[in-house]
Amino acid sequence: MNGTGHIVTSFDTDLTEVRKTIIEMGGLAESQLEAAIRALVERDSELAQQTIEGDAAVDALEHKLDNLAVKMLALRNPVADDLRLVISALKIASLLERVADYAANLAKRVIALNKAPIVRPVSTIPRMGEMVRHMIHDALTAYSKQDVDLAYDVWRRDKEVDELYNSMFRELLTYMMEDPRSITSCTHLIFMAKNIERIGDHMTNIAEILIYQVKGHGPEEKRPKGDETSTTMITSDELGVGQGADSK
Amino acid sequence: MQMLADVTTPEIEDVEAIISAKDVSVFYGDKQALNNVNLDIPANQITSLIGPSGCGKSTFLRCLNRMNDTVFGCRVEGNITLDGQDIYAPEVDEVLLRARVGMVFQKPNPFPKSIYDNVAYGPRIHGLTRDKDELDEVVLTSLEKAGLLKEVKDRLNATGTGLSGGQQQRLCIARALAVQPDIILMDEPCSALDPIATARIEELIEELRENYTIIIVTHSMQQAARISQKTAFFHMGEIVEVGDTEQLFTNPRDDRTQGYITGRFG
Repeated sequence: MNGTGHIVTSFDTDLTEVRKTIIEMGGLAESQLEAAIRALVERDSELAQQTIEGDAAVDALEHKLDNLAVKMLALRNPVADDLRLVISALKIASLLERVADYAANLAKRVIALNKAPIVRPVSTIPRMGEMVRHMIHDALTAYSKQDVDLAYDVWRRDKEVDELYNSMFRELLTYMMEDPRSITSCTHLIFMAKNIERIGDHMTNIAEILIYQVKGHGPEEKRPKGDETSTTMITSDELGVGQGADSK
Repeated sequence: MQMLADVTTPEIEDVEAIISAKDVSVFYGDKQALNNVNLDIPANQITSLIGPSGCGKSTFLRCLNRMNDTVFGCRVEGNITLDGQDIYAPEVDEVLLRARVGMVFQKPNPFPKSIYDNVAYGPRIHGLTRDKDELDEVVLTSLEKAGLLKEVKDRLNATGTGLSGGQQQRLCIARALAVQPDIILMDEPCSALDPIATARIEELIEELRENYTIIIVTHSMQQAARISQKTAFFHMGEIVEVGDTEQLFTNPRDDRTQGYITGRFG
């Protein structure tokens, strides 16, 4: 029954291949993010370049997964948990592909940043990056173990990333107001922070899909949301306050 | 983000049950084939009965028009009502019951008579028509409803057994329709047919749903999924799970259902 194999064993082989491909994609996406952050911290343009080039491998895996899933839908007519697994894999693969795109974009911006002097708040980005890398790692562990509790844990964690992003956003606005010469670098940093924050969102999505895959329905709670930057305004009056609070 | 298909709260049409089975048990001699089965069949819907061979689904189907009465040593316990009336009550005429609850079998079984006479047979023995014109009318309408009229209208006097397998099955459906049933029972009606003939029958079943209640036993999961609104999964003489077809095929509640429909059942 559930958990035991199919009578047609090649069906199991296909399902295992789907799972393996997702985990492989996730592993690659995670190391792509890790490399992009390291390239930022170490101001390593060569590593950044490698990261940009590494994106193709994730794209190739997504392509492989898509083909496999379409083949299974056409030839095996999966139902119930098998159907949920195949459909979830299709969705998760496209999210992981986006994650790798964001990592490649981070790497591109590292190369741009390295052409300018160092900007102070760069340390918050690695912190956010590490937090989100952890989310990817745990989302994949949850996926491979079908662990709904861990998926919920990842799902809830996105709020912390959003909060860090909010403070980072304010901090960078403050820097730019203080010193217009930092605008180019700070803008890149804002985009980088936004990319990382988006990766966090995608992990939330993956957690939701996994919960659906295992339980047959999505999370019962409302998704925690914390990104307030879309409505954030900073006036020059706040300038002193923002600077004091955020420069640690 | 848009959630995947939310199948936890399927839209089950709130339809009144036309047939209601309560605690139905069936014995063939000492052997118990069905054990306390409870099932409501909603009117004007297609209900699929699925399950492994020997699970009792055909036995249950045959209880609904008392076909089991013809099996020696068969005993039916429990209560089955059609429109609130006990169909096993002593005063019930099972021939009339079988006119209201028609049946189509796995292998097309037209009589060795003309196409016309195959369809006219039921109305004649039940005395449903007053004259030849009325009988003609019933035969033609039934063939039309069964989607066969166009193909056979020029050869109504040709023998029914000369038709193709799919046409023969539609002829049997026309024969069932001719006695104006409310319910049509189908026991694997497509298992002897090719995919095109199967598709024609499935299309026909969907059309018939408007005026009839259909209960179909099928070994094809995909057929159950394609055509029925409600599915009941039988296993070892019991109903393991019954529910909205969409729900049963995307998120079954019982592990045994899941194991069976996904092909893991040992």
